[in-house]
Amino acid sequence: MSAFWQGDANSSAEAVSGAPSPSLPREIASLCRPPEAGRLPSAEGDKHISTLAIDLDGVSKSYGNKLVVNGLSFTVAAGECFGLLGPNGAGKSTITRMLLGMTPPDSGKITVLGMPVPARARLARGRIGVVPQFDNLDLEFTVRENLLVFGRYFGMSTRALKAVVPSLLEFARLESKADARVGALSGGMKRRLTLARALINDPQLLVMDEPTTGLDPHARHLIWERLRKLLSQGKTIILTTHFMEEAERLCNRLCVLERGRIIAEGRPHALIEEQIGCDVLEIYGGDPHELSAMIEPFVQRIEMSGETLFCYGPDPEQVRMQLQGRAGLRLLQRPPNLEDVFLRLTGRGMEN
Amino acid sequence: MMGHGYAAALPANPWNWVAVWRRNYLAWKKVALASLIGNLADPMISLFGLGFGLGIMVGPVEGTPYIAFLTAGMVAASAMTSSTFETIYATFGRMQRTWEGILHTQLTLGDIVLGELAWAATKAFLAGTGIMIVATALGLVAWPSALYALPVIALSGLAFASLAMVVTALAPSYDYVVFYQTLVITPMLFLSGALFPVSRMPRVFQQVGGFLPLAHSIELIRPAMLGRPAVSVGLHIGALCIYTVLPFFLSSALLRRRLMP
Ligand SMILES: Nc1ncnc2c1ncn2[C@@H]1O[C@H](COP(=O)(O)OP(=O)(O)OP(=O)(O)O)[C@@H](O)[C@H]1O
Ligand SMILES: [Mg+2]
Repeated sequence: MSAFWQGDANSSAEAVSGAPSPSLPREIASLCRPPEAGRLPSAEGDKHISTLAIDLDGVSKSYGNKLVVNGLSFTVAAGECFGLLGPNGAGKSTITRMLLGMTPPDSGKITVLGMPVPARARLARGRIGVVPQFDNLDLEFTVRENLLVFGRYFGMSTRALKAVVPSLLEFARLESKADARVGALSGGMKRRLTLARALINDPQLLVMDEPTTGLDPHARHLIWERLRKLLSQGKTIILTTHFMEEAERLCNRLCVLERGRIIAEGRPHALIEEQIGCDVLEIYGGDPHELSAMIEPFVQRIEMSGETLFCYGPDPEQVRMQLQGRAGLRLLQRPPNLEDVFLRLTGRGMEN
Repeated sequence: MMGHGYAAALPANPWNWVAVWRRNYLAWKKVALASLIGNLADPMISLFGLGFGLGIMVGPVEGTPYIAFLTAGMVAASAMTSSTFETIYATFGRMQRTWEGILHTQLTLGDIVLGELAWAATKAFLAGTGIMIVATALGLVAWPSALYALPVIALSGLAFASLAMVVTALAPSYDYVVFYQTLVITPMLFLSGALFPVSRMPRVFQQVGGFLPLAHSIELIRPAMLGRPAVSVGLHIGALCIYTVLPFFLSSALLRRRLMP
């Protein structure tokens, strides 16, 4: 992003042409994309499981008189990666807790891996791996002990555990930390251990609440790669995230939530096409209100987020000309991504 | 509170709790020495302080030297305090984070509670038998009849842990569990005949004391340790069982409301 932040309006031509996009160019991204859900080897070993890994039907939940989940329905097919997006407090964590039987819904029907939840959540959990939003590792234990102790909760024998622990350590790149106390690990290492721990029971379904929050870029890319591998093995993933790039890369489908309701649902690229469909011009470095009034006539829509303006319109060149000569402005023109969709759907943009 | 969801929060099977017990054992092993010394030192100091100090003044009680009488009371009392403290402090600390992780597995809330109770009872057993061993060296314990005291110590540990679990389930923070310690546990020590015979206390106190779990525990442990026949054994065991089972169901329901909102 350095070109973006260091250029100014006058030299923005280079910045634009050479600008590194915050998301991958679409062609590359689609190469990286896992095969579509329908073509994945979906849990064929177990004939009793319906092809739906998750089925929510009209689920509601309130705390006090606050409706947190509002008549929510969605399904996740076996082998699919499904994303839950939405602003803070939208109800993402509440939904993941409900899938695990940790929070009973007020109304509606939840089925996970063919089991009614919460009634038979315990049986479903035997085949689920969970990454909670906040780590709950045992700080007084070592990395290895955390895995061993957790495996016992699934009724695994010490022998079976000894066999899988090395591969999990490798998964999290924590081999050299195996005997370190978890309390002494960095935040990102703890997160990686939480991810490894979620795989101890060889789950069919992974329920992950902001799995890569707190990870450095290397670790995040590592985890993405590992998650893709898990998907190619036929596992199902439902994840919440605030990283739009993560959702765009990993998810076959996703939904955007606001106040417990789905406000958009679909494949990431279809959503981008549908909601944005044109290049985006980001403007930063001036008074956003003043700038926005100035360029409003030349764009279809402006989204103001903090001190940055996101301009959407068929002809960004015109905007650029308007801003010609204004010192200190930074401009970046780029293809649209999921972040634009998120901002549009959950923000208070000014529609022309 | 007792609907479908409550059933799903009860123990799933008779052995799941063992994994929780083993988790606590592993954590304890790392600090076992300090924990053992701490658990033993406190009752031993009281025992010698009160036993020898007061013993000079009070002379024999109920036909035995005061220190032997007191030792039996201290065994029961230390089972009570160690299992209570384990539950209101250590368990309280594990309740939010550690339990959340366990609830993501095949264990239910009931399995966890059971495992915690069993662990607290284990610590009570260690504390109680520790005192018995030292007292044996001083010739204050009648063997082999004291063997009967061992299962009673474990059962008492379960009962006091189960009662304390209700407090843990209700307490908004550590500050509140102190009330239980000062308003329930400490008076119980005096009303149950752990330190002195209750027969000389006012009648009301005696009547109240008779219902307390510590009194039932002492009525079983003291005769066993002094080599005397115990009376109403079934009643006392039954009472301790009730003090174990009823609070267990109550705390499970309370904890479900608290942890699975
Ligand atoms: N136990 C609870 N008691 C009362 N309110 C709750 C409880 N848990 C969640 N809420 C409320 O429910 C709403 C949704 O919370 P939730 O944690 O599901 O949001 P989220 O989408 O995960 O947000 P974030 O992105 O910040 O993690 C919030 O308004 C929150 O205050
Ligand atoms: Mg959340």
